[in-house]
Amino acid sequence: MDAINPVILIASLIVASTPILLAALGELVCEKAGVLNLGVEGMMIFGAICGFAIAVETESPLLGFLCAALAGAALSMIFGVLTQFLLSNQVATGLALTLFGLGFSALVGQGYVGLKAPATPAVPFGPLADLPVVGPILFSHDAMVYASIALVAAVWYVLAHTRAGLILRAVGESHDAAHALGYKVVRIRLLAIAFGGALAGLGGAYLSLVRVPQWTEGMTAGAGWIALAIVVFASWRPWRIVLGAYLFGGISVLQLNLQAAGIKIPVELLSMSPYVITIVVLVLMSRDRTRTALNAPAALGRSFHASS
Amino acid sequence: MNFRLALKGAALAVATGLAGIASAQDEPLKVGFIYCCPIGDLGWSYQHDVGRQAIEEEYGDRVETIFQESVSEGADAERVMTQMALSGADIIFATSFGFMDATNNVAARFPDVQFEHATGYKREHPNVTTYNSRFYEGRAVVGHIAGKMTETNKIGYIASYPIPEVIMGINSFFLHAQKVNPDVELTVVWVYSWFDPAKEADAARAMIEQGVDVITQHTDSTAPQAAAEEAIAAGTRVFTFGQASDMLPYAPAPRIASIIDNWNPYYIKRVGQLLDGTYESMESWGGMPEGEVVIGEITDEVPADIKAEAEAMIAAITAGEYHPFTGPIMKQDGSVFLAEGEVATDEQLLTMNFYIEGIDGDIPN
Repeated sequence: MDAINPVILIASLIVASTPILLAALGELVCEKAGVLNLGVEGMMIFGAICGFAIAVETESPLLGFLCAALAGAALSMIFGVLTQFLLSNQVATGLALTLFGLGFSALVGQGYVGLKAPATPAVPFGPLADLPVVGPILFSHDAMVYASIALVAAVWYVLAHTRAGLILRAVGESHDAAHALGYKVVRIRLLAIAFGGALAGLGGAYLSLVRVPQWTEGMTAGAGWIALAIVVFASWRPWRIVLGAYLFGGISVLQLNLQAAGIKIPVELLSMSPYVITIVVLVLMSRDRTRTALNAPAALGRSFHASS
Repeated sequence: MNFRLALKGAALAVATGLAGIASAQDEPLKVGFIYCCPIGDLGWSYQHDVGRQAIEEEYGDRVETIFQESVSEGADAERVMTQMALSGADIIFATSFGFMDATNNVAARFPDVQFEHATGYKREHPNVTTYNSRFYEGRAVVGHIAGKMTETNKIGYIASYPIPEVIMGINSFFLHAQKVNPDVELTVVWVYSWFDPAKEADAARAMIEQGVDVITQHTDSTAPQAAAEEAIAAGTRVFTFGQASDMLPYAPAPRIASIIDNWNPYYIKRVGQLLDGTYESMESWGGMPEGEVVIGEITDEVPADIKAEAEAMIAAITAGEYHPFTGPIMKQDGSVFLAEGEVATDEQLLTMNFYIEGIDGDIPN
């Protein structure tokens, strides 16, 4: 059997990781504002069908991605209204949002089973794409891959270096203090939830338009939950999201490639390795307890009401 | 109240009870289905739902069907079946291997409801039936086509879980590919899921990357066909087969044929038996002769002579003249599985836990 081509492996792990990268990045912003939204899976799959449907109808993948982001944000607003105005429990509401998203997307998607999506073209880098090694890895992807990295950079910059980021983090650390300073806690949190929903929607659309690419019910198959885990794995730091997503996506692609290449490693071991490595890294990181604990937003999951 | 009156009352109660049963029989027979995956998977669950609709079409007002899709295995399955039994279902079809224990647990509590479990082997109560289909017959035909169609001599199999059902399929597929092409090599990738489109697509891509040019699958989504289509667009020659249902949107290529699980004859027969009172619990394992395993249209990508050979094999299996597991067949370790002319027993097939000679690699435990 031929050995695995590492260049193609790396190129395909980037594609495999992009959906969870996007969804995890959105959830990070949401959690930084103190909101725990467990509905990522539901928003992803809703984005997957909306993006797919729009792309099929208009034959424009770009419009598809745009509508997927809007759809994810719209769906997240159900969660937003329930948790921010009606003060419902965030964990329960998030789980309900996942169930709702799965069912609703199945309903919306009934006419789209078995159809083909218009291809999302690679960004034309011209001669750069033909470079050995670097070409396929860096310059052969579609626009969403680059957009996802750009989004990570933007989120990192905004959170770390701007006033808006400071306010967002303040709301997540102590909503009472932020409120006392005159910031509109509920409004800021709603924006963060919408941003999280939009990115989850984008991630879902990346699955249905690029990675699979087709529409099937339940096609996210747990990607949203992995995205949630990656936020914790990254200890709420944007660049570590990239690391976590590529590590997870990379190992799951690698194990399939190892099997296909006939490398004699027990399959059970390979199949569980992404999860095992995630756990190992989590354990290693949380050795330094105070640091990890300090990094979780202090008001995460707590409801805010101006009167209390 | 004296004794006589009490007796009278009891008689009356029995009479009304009987009347109740009689009137219940005028009501439509309630048939429940639970599916492991979404009906829209275009694979396994979709095909069971086609069977459900066939029952409605066949018996009209005499039956009422209910179903629940995407039921997870374990406690959820038990809840759904209990709910169905409580809401008056007369027979419940549990259509996934993973529902096996749940089916038997619920059957114990509702002795008057008939339970039918697809692809299982546990019948712990008199009201439990198991039924399955001889998919390996279809895999033999597909394997023959794969062996003839490959140019790289590498064929691939996306496998779900290492259970006898799946191993039987792998062996049947490879055996018949090897018969017509002794140089053929088999690549098996285990994805540990019945339905995970992203993973199935990645598995197909990994195989294509390794030079595999014919892929079949024992998973439920059409994602491998989509991945193969993408590879074709990039200039690679690769073929796939529809699994469980026809997957025709991907024809004429990459999908060049398919194994269709046609449950209609079985479901119509069993519900009919329940309606006319001849129903009994049993163990059913039908195949091509019963019309339960069907090969979908073989497209023109397959040359006419290969198509004719495949059709001859279908005819021979349907007529009962050929059994896909006919000796001599050796196990992977070189020991004899079936001697010359010997035909595998159902017991041997249902407990199959080894690869046949020529397959590289180990079966996960």
